[in-house]
Amino acid sequence: MDLLIFQAPILMVQASMDGILLGILFALIAYGMALQWGVMNIINIAQGDLVILGGYIAYFMYLYGIHPAWGVIVSPIIMYFVGIGIYKLVINKVVDRDLFISILATFGISILFMQLMNFAFGADVVLANSGYGTTMLFDSSVVLPNSKIFAAIISIIFAIGLVIYMKKSKLGRAIRATAQNARAAKILGVDTEKVYAATFGINAALCGVAGALISITFTIHPYMGLPYTIRSFMIVIVAGLGNLPGVAISGMGLGVFEEFADYILGTEFRIGSVFLLLVLILVYRRFKLSKKREYLK
Amino acid sequence: MKIKNILITFVSAIAILFSTSVVSFAKVVGDKIVLGAAVSLTGKYSSNGVHTQNGYNMAVERINSMGGVKVGGKTYKFDIIYYDDESNPKRAAQLAERLISQDGVEFMLGPYSSGLTKAMAPVTEKYGVPMVEANGASRSLFTKGYKYLFAVLAPANLYLDVAIRTAVELNGGKGVKIAQAFEQDAFSQDVRLGILDAAKDTGSEIVIDDKLPKELNDMAATLAKVKAVKPDVLVVSGHTKGALTAIRQIAEMKVDVPMLAMTHCDAAKLSKQHGKNSQYALCASQWHKTLTYKDKWFKDGMTYDADFTKMFGYAPPYQAAESSAALLVFKDAFERANSFDQKKVRDALAATDMQTFYGNIKFAPGGQNVSKPMVLFQVICDSSGKCENKVVAPLKWASAKLIHPIPKWSER
Repeated sequence: MDLLIFQAPILMVQASMDGILLGILFALIAYGMALQWGVMNIINIAQGDLVILGGYIAYFMYLYGIHPAWGVIVSPIIMYFVGIGIYKLVINKVVDRDLFISILATFGISILFMQLMNFAFGADVVLANSGYGTTMLFDSSVVLPNSKIFAAIISIIFAIGLVIYMKKSKLGRAIRATAQNARAAKILGVDTEKVYAATFGINAALCGVAGALISITFTIHPYMGLPYTIRSFMIVIVAGLGNLPGVAISGMGLGVFEEFADYILGTEFRIGSVFLLLVLILVYRRFKLSKKREYLK
Repeated sequence: MKIKNILITFVSAIAILFSTSVVSFAKVVGDKIVLGAAVSLTGKYSSNGVHTQNGYNMAVERINSMGGVKVGGKTYKFDIIYYDDESNPKRAAQLAERLISQDGVEFMLGPYSSGLTKAMAPVTEKYGVPMVEANGASRSLFTKGYKYLFAVLAPANLYLDVAIRTAVELNGGKGVKIAQAFEQDAFSQDVRLGILDAAKDTGSEIVIDDKLPKELNDMAATLAKVKAVKPDVLVVSGHTKGALTAIRQIAEMKVDVPMLAMTHCDAAKLSKQHGKNSQYALCASQWHKTLTYKDKWFKDGMTYDADFTKMFGYAPPYQAAESSAALLVFKDAFERANSFDQKKVRDALAATDMQTFYGNIKFAPGGQNVSKPMVLFQVICDSSGKCENKVVAPLKWASAKLIHPIPKWSER
C-alpha cells in the first residue's frame, strides 16, 4: 500500500492522463477484435502478433530514413492484404466451426508469426524514434509525451472513420448485416465470403495502425504480441460484444484503473488487479443474468 | 506388405548403425577434445545465443591454431558439438541429457541465460560432467551446492552493487535515496537483492521499489513516482526491453535524477537506438574492451575486439567475450589436471586462478567467479552526437571521469 498518490494529488491527474492515453491505444486493437468476433465469431489469438508485425513495418520505414509516423498510413495498407491472405489460407476453413477450433487455428497462426518474425527480423528489442517532444502541464508537474498524444489522436481518427464507414458504405452495411444474421444476409444476396475476408482484412489493418503507434511509443519484439491479445480480449469482454462505444470506454477505464492500481497497490499488482476486476465484472454479469431469468419465469 | 516390412527393417538398421557411429565419435577421440553445448540459435534468446556461439568458436579457433591443449605430452584440439535449445529450458535439459548419454560428451559448455543454465545444471551434475558456463549469472545457480558447475562471470547480485557504492562515495560516504524498478524474473530479482544488500551496508534508503510485470513495456507510473520523490539514484533492470523503455520514457517525461544505473545496455545498443537521449546512463557490464587484463591467446580487450570484429563483422558484446573465456578456463584446467578424468578435471577447475583478457578467474566453492568485479560504463556523447561507452568505475580501470550529477533536461 502506497499513499504517495494521496500525498501528491497532482499524480492523480498524471495517472488518469497516462491511463486514458494508453487505454485509447488498446481500445483500437480491441475494436478490431470486437468487430471480427461479432461478425465471424472468431477469437483471434494472433491479434497481438498482427500488431507487432504492423510495428515492424513502421520500424523498417524508420530504419530507411522515413519518419515512422507515416507508418500509420503504410502499415494498415500492407496489413490489410496480410489479413486477407490469412483469411484465404486458414480462417475461411474454420469460420463456421465452433469457437474452440478457431482459437486453436489462430493460436497456431500466432506461433507461426512469432517464429517467422524472429527469423526475419531477429530477436532484438527495437523501437522507432518519432522525435516528438513533451507536453508539460500544470507548471510541468504533469508530463505527457507527445508521441502518446499523437497515438491517441490517430487511434480516435481511425475509430471514428471506421464507425462512419460501417454506417454509410455498402460493404459496411453488408458487414453489419452478416453480423446480425449470416444466413439471412446470404439469402438476401450478401456475399458473406467476401464480407468475412474484408472484416479480417480491416481487423489486420487496425492492428497495423496500432502496431505503428506502438513502435513510436513503446518497444516491439517478435514475442511481445500476446499481452496485446489478452488486453484487447479483456476490453471486449468488459464492454460486451457488439458494443463499439463500450469498447472505447472500457479501454480507457481499464487503462486508468491500471495506473491507479500501480500507484496504490504497487507495480507488481498492476496486471493482477486488472484480472481481478475482470473476474468481478463477469461474476456481476452472471448475477444480473440469473436475475433476468427468474423474471422471465 | 512384405517389401514394406523389409524396407522398414532396412531403414531402422541404418538408423541404429548411424546412431552408434555417433557415440563412438564423441569424447576425447584421436587428437580431439569434444565439448558439448546447447545454445539458443532460435527463439527469443537467439541474438545472445549467437553471440555465445561466436565467442566459443572464436576461442576454439584461436586455441587450436596456437598449439592446442597439451595433456600427457600429447597435443589435442578442441571441437564443439552444438545443438539448438530453441530458448526453451525443457529442450535445454533434454539436449544436455542427449549430449551426455547419446553423444558421449564428457565436458560441457554452458547455454545462454540463467534460466537455461538452471535447467541444464541438474543434468550435468547427475552425470558428473564438468560444465563451464559463461552466461548464467543468477545467484540461485551458486547456492545449490553444485560441484561440477563453474561460471566465469560475476553473479547477478553484484551487477549494480558498484553503482550504489559509487553514489554513496560521491555523497561523502553518507547513505543515498534509491529508487528501483526491476522486472519480475530470476535475474533481475537477483540484481535487486544485491541492491538491497548494498543499501543496508551503506545506510541507504530505498524510496521506490517497483517490480515490473514481464509483459509490461510502459514505465510511466514508476517514472512519475520518481519525479515526485526525487531520489539520488534510479536503478532499472528489465533486460533489453527494460533498458530501452526506461531511456525512452525518461527522455520523454524529462525525469531528472542525479544517477541512472541499468543492466543490459550492451544488448540494447542503447546509444545506437536512442542517440543523445541515452547520454549519462550508467551501465553494468561484465567486460569492456578497454579493460587492461591480458592473456597470451587474445592479448587484451582491444585486440579481442578487433579480431572478433574481423571474424564476425560486428563488435563483440560482453556475452561473446565471456564465452571465449570459458574455453580458456577449460584449456588451463585440462593442462593442470594432465588427464581427461572428469573428477580430476573438476578438481583442476575448482583450483583455477588465472588471468584472461576478460578478467581474473577464480571460483568460489559455489562455482561463481569471485575475482572479477563488474564494471560500470557511462554513455558519453560528443557535440556531433556520436556516443561512446566509457568505463567510469571502479576507478582502477576508469578511462573517463564519471559525470555526476546528470545535468538537468532543461539545461541540456
